[in-house]
Amino acid sequence: MTAFIDRHPVWSFVIFILVAVLIWMVFAIWPDWLTGLIGRKKIFLNAIFNGVTLGGLYFLVASGFTLIFGLMRNVNLAHGSLYLLGGYIGYIVANYTGYWLIAFPVAFIVVGAFGILLQVFVFRKMEGEDLRQTLVTIGISIVMADLMLWIWGGDFYNINPPSWLSGPIDTFFVTGIKRSTGEFIFMTYPIVRVVILAASIVIGVAMWLLLNRTQIGMLIRAGVDDRDMLSATGARIQLVFVGVFAFGAGLAGMAGVVGGTFQSIAPGEDIRFLLASLVVVIVGGMGSITGAALGAVIIGLAEQIGSVYFPTYAVVLTFLIMVVVLAFRPQGLMGRAG
Amino acid sequence: MTVAAQNDLGGRPEPRSGTSAAAGTVAVLAPWYERVPGAYWIVGFLLLIMPLLASDFTLFQIFGWTFILGMIALSLMLLAGYGGMVSLVQMTVATLAGYMIAIFGTSAITGISLGWPWWITIPLALIIAMIFGTAVGALAVRTEGIYTIMITLAIASAFFYFTRQNYVIFNGFSGFNGVLPPKLFGVDWRSAKAFYYLTLFWAAVSYFVVLYISRAPFGLALQGVRDNPRRMAALGFNVFAHRVAAYAFAALIAGIAGILLTWQSAQVSPGTGGIGPVIDILVITVIGGTRRPVGPFIGAFIYVILKTFAIDILISMGLSGDRFQLLIGISFLLIVFFSPDGILGLWDRWNENRRRDPLTGQAVVREGGET
Repeated sequence: MTAFIDRHPVWSFVIFILVAVLIWMVFAIWPDWLTGLIGRKKIFLNAIFNGVTLGGLYFLVASGFTLIFGLMRNVNLAHGSLYLLGGYIGYIVANYTGYWLIAFPVAFIVVGAFGILLQVFVFRKMEGEDLRQTLVTIGISIVMADLMLWIWGGDFYNINPPSWLSGPIDTFFVTGIKRSTGEFIFMTYPIVRVVILAASIVIGVAMWLLLNRTQIGMLIRAGVDDRDMLSATGARIQLVFVGVFAFGAGLAGMAGVVGGTFQSIAPGEDIRFLLASLVVVIVGGMGSITGAALGAVIIGLAEQIGSVYFPTYAVVLTFLIMVVVLAFRPQGLMGRAG
Repeated sequence: MTVAAQNDLGGRPEPRSGTSAAAGTVAVLAPWYERVPGAYWIVGFLLLIMPLLASDFTLFQIFGWTFILGMIALSLMLLAGYGGMVSLVQMTVATLAGYMIAIFGTSAITGISLGWPWWITIPLALIIAMIFGTAVGALAVRTEGIYTIMITLAIASAFFYFTRQNYVIFNGFSGFNGVLPPKLFGVDWRSAKAFYYLTLFWAAVSYFVVLYISRAPFGLALQGVRDNPRRMAALGFNVFAHRVAAYAFAALIAGIAGILLTWQSAQVSPGTGGIGPVIDILVITVIGGTRRPVGPFIGAFIYVILKTFAIDILISMGLSGDRFQLLIGISFLLIVFFSPDGILGLWDRWNENRRRDPLTGQAVVREGGET
């Protein structure tokens, strides 16, 4: 942090000003001229909240993607299909058992097991051939997309959260003042989104701790830096590979359940989330968990704020961010050069 | 792939200037028509008389489409096979050229189309497609290998979403219809036979140009850059410029194909360059093989045949007709699994085995000449 400020004093100042303005816009009661300029505060706050929670969902999908990529140099273009598979499985489980929470571990385990199969029977056969692995993942995603379309059809599926999670919650963010009584109006927000955001933060922190504070994490980080050297020191790298692939796939599956609750599950969502995680990972930097978190929040915010304030080109905005990042920092915001 | 392996494409020795021995070789070379291998004559003759043999549907839908998709895949093959850069943006470049033809030329959307004559719109469309392809290339070559796939895929989908949302220039979701080729020389170029020869001509031109480039100094330098960029840079070649130039040239081929594609279906819409078609071009190229320029056309032919007759095949197998993607996906997987260099690789290996001496197991020296 201090090193960054020392090296880029101007950029740090700009970022500081932007963050200060953002915090002021979130907490202050907006004066009339601002409302006249960009609309009511409630809309703005909603966009920010939706963006951050969407970023949480993107983080869940992209963190597995970036972990797999960082360790195995395998661009898993079937990652979106794993997400969609997790969503369908979660829907079935939640519908069958009636317990929303059970859907998460089941989706995690089933999709993770599928990931193990993929790693053992497909990717291990062509280790070191990055391009071929990527092509195979494209083939797998085509086949999986069609199989899932075959089984579940083209309908939209919604996973219903349990009753204690449905409905709005009062937050402590003030959106305005009542003209008649002078009371503050507080913003209300769907509780399920808040819970899911909290869960993804917990998962993110847990992943960071696992990677940076444990023996296994040390192995994984060493593998990300130099795969060959790690295997030369006698680490059982194949086990690490299988474990990471299963974990990444399982996260994607769990994210599918979250996505099914948030939005809906339908054919085509696989490509959407694959693209989202691609952009998130490119912006954040390949193989970096903090990068994935940063990228996910940036892309989520850009998408939501874009769709509120300039709806026609909201999607293009995210790609524009990606192009700008690529042009100035090809390794991503948190990625390491080389 | 080495340069020596390249030479067996046409079996044409390369004249080297500077040495007297090489000058002597050039003098005693057989006339050009004897140096062209027999397979070229047969395939060329068959393709030329095809209108006598095939129905209009086959000519227009199967062969026309094969040539067009083959050209787009050829532009990818040029980048991937010779340059080592797998770009998923070629279909997007083709779509952009199609859009430009519709916007500057005539279409049923008279509110947007400018209605300029063909001799302005076609060069303009190609130039814009090339500028776009070059810009994407300049961005994509900052990255390497699999990163290139990710970035070009992201750019391709950005283009798809942009054209779908933009109603002022690209007419949004529905795109343009009624985009017809000009009635040049009084010929209706959308009639089956004329369109067949039109696409055949451009496919042949781009095929031979790519073949020529693969042996020209530029192509050889590009293959050197693919194999070892650092060494080429040390030798004084501008690696960046070679790669971007390859993108620019590939964009030209894709642009021509895009215009033809727009004329064939008489419409262009965001779906023309959607994620599906973008991936399909990669599938076609990989199925055909990226070793030689003929691969993409083989891949395109297989793809078109599958796409056209998949319903019959699937129904005969007892499945419902709309499992086409499954069929394509599984054949793609099988190819990548068992022959990463596509059908061409299978063919080469089969050939090599056939020529192997059964006793010693040594390969007999290849004389070259097969395609």
